[in-house]
Amino acid sequence: MTITPASVVSARDLGLTFETNDGPVNALTGVNLDVNKGDFVSFIGPSGCGKTTFLRVIADLEKPTSGAITVNGTTPEDARKNRSYGYVFQAAALYPWRTIEKNIALPLEIMGYSAADQKARIDRTLDLVNLTGFGKKFPWQLSGGMQQRASIARALAFDADLLLMDEPFGALDEIVRDHLNEQLLKLWDRTNKTICFVTHSIPEAVYLSTKIVVMSPRPGRVTDIIESTLPKERPLDIRESPEFLEIASRVREGLRAGHSYDE
Amino acid sequence: MEKSNFFKDRVMPVGVILLALLVIWYVAVIFLNVPFERDTAARAGTAITFSEILPKTMFQQRPVLPAPHQVIAEIWNTTVLMPITSKRSLVYHAWITLSATLLGFGIGTVLGILLAVGIVHNRAMDRSLMPWVIASQTIPILAIAPMIIVVLNAVGISGLLPKALISTYLSFFPIVVGMVKGLRSPEQIQLDLMHTYYASPSQTFWKLRWPSSMPYLFTSLKVAIAISLVGAIVGELPTGAVSGLGARLLAGSYYGQTVQIWSALFMAAALAATLVIIVGFAHTAVLKRMGTRA
Repeated sequence: MTITPASVVSARDLGLTFETNDGPVNALTGVNLDVNKGDFVSFIGPSGCGKTTFLRVIADLEKPTSGAITVNGTTPEDARKNRSYGYVFQAAALYPWRTIEKNIALPLEIMGYSAADQKARIDRTLDLVNLTGFGKKFPWQLSGGMQQRASIARALAFDADLLLMDEPFGALDEIVRDHLNEQLLKLWDRTNKTICFVTHSIPEAVYLSTKIVVMSPRPGRVTDIIESTLPKERPLDIRESPEFLEIASRVREGLRAGHSYDE
Repeated sequence: MEKSNFFKDRVMPVGVILLALLVIWYVAVIFLNVPFERDTAARAGTAITFSEILPKTMFQQRPVLPAPHQVIAEIWNTTVLMPITSKRSLVYHAWITLSATLLGFGIGTVLGILLAVGIVHNRAMDRSLMPWVIASQTIPILAIAPMIIVVLNAVGISGLLPKALISTYLSFFPIVVGMVKGLRSPEQIQLDLMHTYYASPSQTFWKLRWPSSMPYLFTSLKVAIAISLVGAIVGELPTGAVSGLGARLLAGSYYGQTVQIWSALFMAAALAATLVIIVGFAHTAVLKRMGTRA
């Protein structure tokens, strides 16, 4: 195994088979991938391609059945125990009985931060996701986009270098989504995090990523890995540039190649 | 939104039903108590008209069905006009029953929660305990109550505790069922979140499972407090009708004191309603603190 020090996630021939009542399901087969420090990696593919499963393997929410994977140079389990990643789920999953600031404090309480430190971190992360002033609100008082931003703040609060995001904006409308994508890029730039981002939107993947991992189902596998040539500074209208469209079309081709429509 | 009118929305509907019930009650009083007056008149050999009978049915000593005003007068006489220390005071008897109810409810709640925590966290307990919990409630309480009293008396425990344990026997059940459901109510995504934080089982319990279960707990508590009272009253029947509302009911039926029975019944109903309302207030207060949408 060759793991460079800069490698945050490194998967070698990774496979995961779920045993179901209808027989085994190959959620992942032969995945080889390196995510380097500071990368913004998007995983894109149709449902059933294993993109969420792969993210959950990194997070130690699923155990691989074959191959090897390291996260921050250790096993996913140790990485989880070291609290080395923050996970943003598809739904905000805020606890409804806690205010926004109390929700952000949740991981801090669990990890034993002092009250003063908690306060400082809450203020800082609320500012990072532009929610300053909403700390005392309960989740239901916020819009869906704001709730998802609060959940990102919660994942950022304990300073994990790796951010795992599972279709965080999937349930939001396109206007809110554009806005959040722009904010996420700024946040990534300001915090120097490594981000693994699951999506099924081609423009979203191309707009955000430095590296796009195209996946396909049955069995779940990686069909293409595209290094983005877009500059780090990305205004929203970069999406009309020829360079952007070229990458998008390569992603689309990768998706089409991996997907047999006659099924 | 239109401002809610307390009189129109709350007082009116309840008032109308109450009025209807009173009318039905009075009509029933006449029908059920008339035969006694007829028999009395026949034995005395005097003819009696219906208009003469009517007022008599309202003021019998031992009516088949006492009139509402008789019951109210009895309650008034045995609560307000009687010192609490008196053995005939309804307040005294209500307190006896209430203390057993509250003790039994308290033990039942703690026991129910502990069982639920065990069932949720331990597969073996889930498999082995739940069938017994359900089976316990298929035994009629009237059958098991005297057994509990007799057995505990034999080992030297008497007085408040045996009655309270009968309340416990009834009240732990809704708590177990409700709390098992409540402690299992967190969504997978909320549990996954705790997993990613490497939270300990006790942190997951106190920060997620416990708060999630609050609505279930209070719904169960409302049921439990009401049946605790039933348990306490049933527990008073086999103890020889010494004191408590159950004793008043039993003594009343021995001596045909229907007015006494009905006043004890109403006291029990009022007590149950008050207890449920108090739990309801606690429910609202807790949910409000937990930020539930107003």
